[in-house]
Amino acid sequence: MKALRQFFGANMRQYALFGFLIVVMAFFAWQTGGRTLHSENLQNIIIGWSYVLVMALGMLFVIVMGQIDLAPGSVAAVVGICLALSIKDWGFPWWAGILFGIAVGTAIGMWQGAWLAYIGVPGFITTLAGQMLFRGLDQHISNGQSVPVPPQIVKIGSGFLPDWGPHTGFNNPTLVLGVIAMLAVIYREIRRRGKIVRGGGVVPPTWVMVARLATVVAALAILTIAFANGRPGTSFPVAGVIIVLLVIFYHFVETRTTIGRGVYAVGGNKAAAALTGINIKKVYFIAMTNMSFLAAVAAIMFVGKSGSTGLSDGNGWELDVIAAVFVGGAAVSGGVGTVVGSVIGGLFMSILSNGMFVLGVGSDWSAMIRGLVLLVAVAFDLYSKAQGRPSITGAIMRGLRSRRKETQGEEQVRPEVAKI
Amino acid sequence: MSDGPVILEMKSITKVFPGVRALDNVSMSVRAGEIHAICGENGAGKSTLMKVLSGVYPHGSYEGDIIFEGQEVRFANIRASEHAGIAIIHQELALIPELSVTENMFLGNEVATRGVIDWIAARRRVVELLARVGLDIDPDIAIKNIGVGHQQLVEIAKALAKDVRLLILDEPTSALNEEETANLLDILRSLRSRGLTSIMISHKLNEIAAIADSITILRDGKTVETLTVEDGSVNEDRIIRGMVGRSMESRFPSHTPHIGERIFEVRDWVVEHPQVPGRLVTKHANFYVRAGEIVGFAGLMGAGRTEMARSIFGRSYGIWHGGQIYIDGREVEVTSVKEAIAHGIAYVPEDRKMLGLNLLDTIKGTISSAGIDRISKRGVIDLEASAAAAERYRTAMRIKAASVDVGVSTLSGGNQQKVVLSKWMFTEPRLAILDEPTRGIDVGAKYEIYGLINELADQGKGVVMISSELPELLGVCDRIYTVFEGRITGEADARTATQESLMRQMTDTAA
Ligand SMILES: Nc1ncnc2c1ncn2[C@@H]1O[C@H](COP(=O)(O)OP(=O)(O)OP(=O)(O)O)[C@@H](O)[C@H]1O
Ligand SMILES: [Mg+2]
Repeated sequence: MKALRQFFGANMRQYALFGFLIVVMAFFAWQTGGRTLHSENLQNIIIGWSYVLVMALGMLFVIVMGQIDLAPGSVAAVVGICLALSIKDWGFPWWAGILFGIAVGTAIGMWQGAWLAYIGVPGFITTLAGQMLFRGLDQHISNGQSVPVPPQIVKIGSGFLPDWGPHTGFNNPTLVLGVIAMLAVIYREIRRRGKIVRGGGVVPPTWVMVARLATVVAALAILTIAFANGRPGTSFPVAGVIIVLLVIFYHFVETRTTIGRGVYAVGGNKAAAALTGINIKKVYFIAMTNMSFLAAVAAIMFVGKSGSTGLSDGNGWELDVIAAVFVGGAAVSGGVGTVVGSVIGGLFMSILSNGMFVLGVGSDWSAMIRGLVLLVAVAFDLYSKAQGRPSITGAIMRGLRSRRKETQGEEQVRPEVAKI
Repeated sequence: MSDGPVILEMKSITKVFPGVRALDNVSMSVRAGEIHAICGENGAGKSTLMKVLSGVYPHGSYEGDIIFEGQEVRFANIRASEHAGIAIIHQELALIPELSVTENMFLGNEVATRGVIDWIAARRRVVELLARVGLDIDPDIAIKNIGVGHQQLVEIAKALAKDVRLLILDEPTSALNEEETANLLDILRSLRSRGLTSIMISHKLNEIAAIADSITILRDGKTVETLTVEDGSVNEDRIIRGMVGRSMESRFPSHTPHIGERIFEVRDWVVEHPQVPGRLVTKHANFYVRAGEIVGFAGLMGAGRTEMARSIFGRSYGIWHGGQIYIDGREVEVTSVKEAIAHGIAYVPEDRKMLGLNLLDTIKGTISSAGIDRISKRGVIDLEASAAAAERYRTAMRIKAASVDVGVSTLSGGNQQKVVLSKWMFTEPRLAILDEPTRGIDVGAKYEIYGLINELADQGKGVVMISSELPELLGVCDRIYTVFEGRITGEADARTATQESLMRQMTDTAA
């Protein structure tokens, strides 16, 4: 058990979810005779669900700071139609259309951020209003028509990396990316270890590190091969590359920047954050703006995938995104959650949907099962969070429940934790 | 009184948290009808022991046996212990501010027939119970409208409503003023004379010496000794010797001030209450602080010292109506906390859980949070510098924790306070405003904190210390202002002032 703890390190929760993800993948692979693991299906998952993964990165920060955004689906719809029309009717080149779409999304984000930060309307209300407002705006602009987008944008949404180099039977760029990823993982782990040792800290034994690295590298190798051996002309999707870059960037924001810290401080204890010199309004404004910026990015990828805008673009997206973030371990009361967790949460939900789809499970059952998974994931979280912290602080801050019951809840989880 | 039969026996209790052995084979026994005090340094395990006893930590999560009224008990939760006749009152009160006294008292314990609450019967019972704790207030008044002292009594009445035979109080007086404290102790005495047994944790040793029949002392999770108090044979020094393992010659470190120029001055400061229009909480305050000087602010609770301090700290409280701040003789505008920090002002709030800490954060994250600009460039944080700073303060402040990566929520009260102090020391302030910096802190740690305050002064910084304990102000400060109802009513040299002279100015507007 101790070895297990050492192997997983501090992020037990994240690894647990990751392990569960593997189990679910294995289950579907077994049930479908391996069809879900075919490169074509994997590519479909990434391309089909890219919008959820992208928006989860923004939603995470919104939820961590104790707010919610219900509007990103509508925002994405507006961005999509603006992008498409600017190219078709105004003659914008495709890249100018993209920039225009991103500008529209960011401007909408600033609008919502301003209502929350400077006027004080709660995020729930601001974005509920935004959901209606921008849905209506989308209908008004599009006038019910579906507008096609140029091939460059299709490439962003559903394209593949160009192949080059010797004929290996695999897609070379994918192989290169895979190797870079493996080296990066190894480099980071060794560097981190070195830092801890130099700082006088204790590190788990070498075999733990080697075992951990071996597992991760093996997983990466399998994925690399899976993506690289698809039909000729396919590779790791362009959308996937964009997502990976965004994840790295936002992970950096989360762990290494003052604005990232600010988001967690505001979500953890707003009054204390104010007395620590954190500009709460600025945090609100930036996180809301960022959310809509990412909704714009997601919109570009989505209309690219579809080839044209549609009336139902963005419908209900916010629910998938919010579910992904909570499955990924964020707390409803704010202050808790990680970028990596949210991405895993998003992957989990997409793999689940995809697997059920391939298995031929109807959308009725699929929706019910996903709903249950969300419930169970959050319940599991409340039950097993080592300190029981998210639920507790949330309740203290809000004074919703009496203190006794919480402390009780906190303690009941303890023996359970010890068992893990 | 302490010759009654043993009502409670805790045998070889061991409780382990990840990385910490909070209780190591602790035993204690309590006799029926006595007031049994538990003393010990911060983190000694006092609260943990009481949480084990009251079922907060359920049976199975600790080792050892609890025998209550002759029977072994295994509580699965707080309800079970309440059912057996044990009630605990935590330091942070558990009352709901918006609800009335009556509603609070019967929360989870309603006088109901088939789910319908009988408010008339409930009220009758409330009046009866309030009388037992000497409270004469309207049972319909909302909890938020009565003072902390009365809230504490309501908590006790609430416990009595459940027919308790053993009452546990965790630091009941730490937020009370002297009068309220005296009143509370009287109530406890009268309950004792009616046969109620109580266990009380406190860092205020004078109270303990005055009221306790026996005292169990914990140190580092172990029982050190149990003292029986017979007609005043146990004094504070005796308790301290048990707690820290040696005698302390003096409660305050000696210090020779080196006082320089005025570095900070406030003139004609006026602040209005944020919710009550027209009510001034600070009325034309004038004061100054010199380099190397420790300036005290004495006053009753509610005199408006915290409000004034927070409004000076970047106007983080109330509505500012006028007044100037001078730093090194030059007038400065300080309109936000960020500017206040940039101008070298630090404010350590009195309520560390609500205002000082993000309980979800780690020690490391907390310590660098206020001075984050010192270790970041263009918004990117130097994580190594952050870790190094945290390690430095953990050693210097002797913060008791397994590592700087543990969450601050797991620390004992005193250690949390040290983390908050570290957070502000890290901003390297020129003026440190410390609001009740030793509340809930043990004697040994208090001594250390006084030493830190002296050190700050010796580095040429100005220190403002707000405290409700006059001996502490007299022992640590160089100069003391008294505050009454938002007005500075006097200024005294700490060498010549006495508790009586300060007290007069703290209560007398004419002064
Ligand atoms: N939930 C927890 N998780 C981990 N460690 C804990 C937890 N609760 C308490 N501890 C540790 O157990 C020890 C005893 O804590 P406890 O709160 O009982 O101290 P205390 O005597 O009440 O101190 P104080 O006078 O400061 O209130 C401390 O070292 C503390 O850090
Ligand atoms: Mg305690």
